[in-house]
Amino acid sequence: MSDCFINGIASISAQPTTDPNTFLDEIIHYQESIFKAHDPNYKEYIKPAAMRRMSKSVKMGVTASSIALNNSGVEIPDAIITGTGMGCKQDSEKFLENILHNDEQFLTPTLFIQSTHNTVGGQIALGLGCKAYNVTYVQGSASFESSVMDAKLMLSEEPEKNILVGGIDEVAKNSTMLHKLDGQIKADPIDVINLLKSNTPGTVTSEGSTFMVLGANKVERSIAKIVDIETISRGGIEDVSIAITSLIARHNMKIDDLDAVVLGNNGDINFDLYYKNLQNSVFSETEQLCYKHLTGDYPVASGFGFWLGCKIFETNNAPDILKVNDITAKKYENILLYNQYLGKNHSIVLLQRC
Amino acid sequence: MAELREELKEKLIEQLSLEDVEASEIGDDDPLFGDGLGLDSIDALELIVLLEKDYGIKLKDPKEGKAIFESISVMADYISKHRTK
Repeated sequence: MSDCFINGIASISAQPTTDPNTFLDEIIHYQESIFKAHDPNYKEYIKPAAMRRMSKSVKMGVTASSIALNNSGVEIPDAIITGTGMGCKQDSEKFLENILHNDEQFLTPTLFIQSTHNTVGGQIALGLGCKAYNVTYVQGSASFESSVMDAKLMLSEEPEKNILVGGIDEVAKNSTMLHKLDGQIKADPIDVINLLKSNTPGTVTSEGSTFMVLGANKVERSIAKIVDIETISRGGIEDVSIAITSLIARHNMKIDDLDAVVLGNNGDINFDLYYKNLQNSVFSETEQLCYKHLTGDYPVASGFGFWLGCKIFETNNAPDILKVNDITAKKYENILLYNQYLGKNHSIVLLQRC
Repeated sequence: MAELREELKEKLIEQLSLEDVEASEIGDDDPLFGDGLGLDSIDALELIVLLEKDYGIKLKDPKEGKAIFESISVMADYISKHRTK
């Protein structure tokens, strides 16, 4: 397998994360269990005529991909690979509501076109005029990582390619509320900044998009190398610990060689055990960073972890708001990302500074 | 007829998500497609559905739309002559 470098990255989240000159300097405090992304000025990136039909996820995806491409210096990628847990929920809901309200008559094309899971990948391709490979992965909370794995496979066969990889998920009126009814989202409003200490079932949810440009060759703009990535569909707490140790060992490294771990703790007392076990054992001597008390959780939230890793490499700094233990690394060369949701779709990623 | 023209402008803005357009900015005789309002083929399909849903007019041949959707005035004239609701 050839190398895989992140040559450009951008993220839109519930926090202001699109200004390249800041790194979580200003934090927005949310007081509810469902909150929206902090919108950049989409008009700077999308023509008004194109934007009028775009739902939130399409706007976020097109904008994040545009910034990532610009950062990488790549104008037209050789492939577009997207991941999403739930797809374009807003337009799916509108389409279904129209079906109900109009007794299955008078269905308009726009909402149908815009309600598929691969709408974002398609809109990015249309905007760029890119007719290359275009695939969308829908794999729960490992959707983003599934896209990255496909890109790595493609780069191993065609190392000359520049691949645009990203993830998108949005909040929608009805389907997001269903997750509140089934207990995935906390029943009561919460001061989100204290999410990780909540000790109650469920999490908080939001929306966002992260896009990266990946290539097999290290270039001047390369930020990080994706040394390895692994997903586990279902596994127990010990399985995860073993998988992480094995992944590190595969690269002739020890846990001590990790400068920081970025964990996907989401404040759900029933499932944060996966993280806490690692925090109290293999990572007890490693700097531990969390982010979902800033961004909320959603299927491709783990993409934000990639963005965090890259920003830490770029700035050689991890903001205090991310830190959940008292250890501070002396340098940031190797960062491990670990995420899971409801004990499923675990992902382990090893990033190395360029 | 003037009332219908204003109604159509409002419906166009809402149905076609013309977020940055005000009804007062759409001239009665401005072309809706091409250099005018810049509508496209997907909008044409939306307008065909709008005719049927709101005015009970079912176009037998979608190609008819090209002439009917020339401008707000032409649309209003066609609707006033053929509407069933």
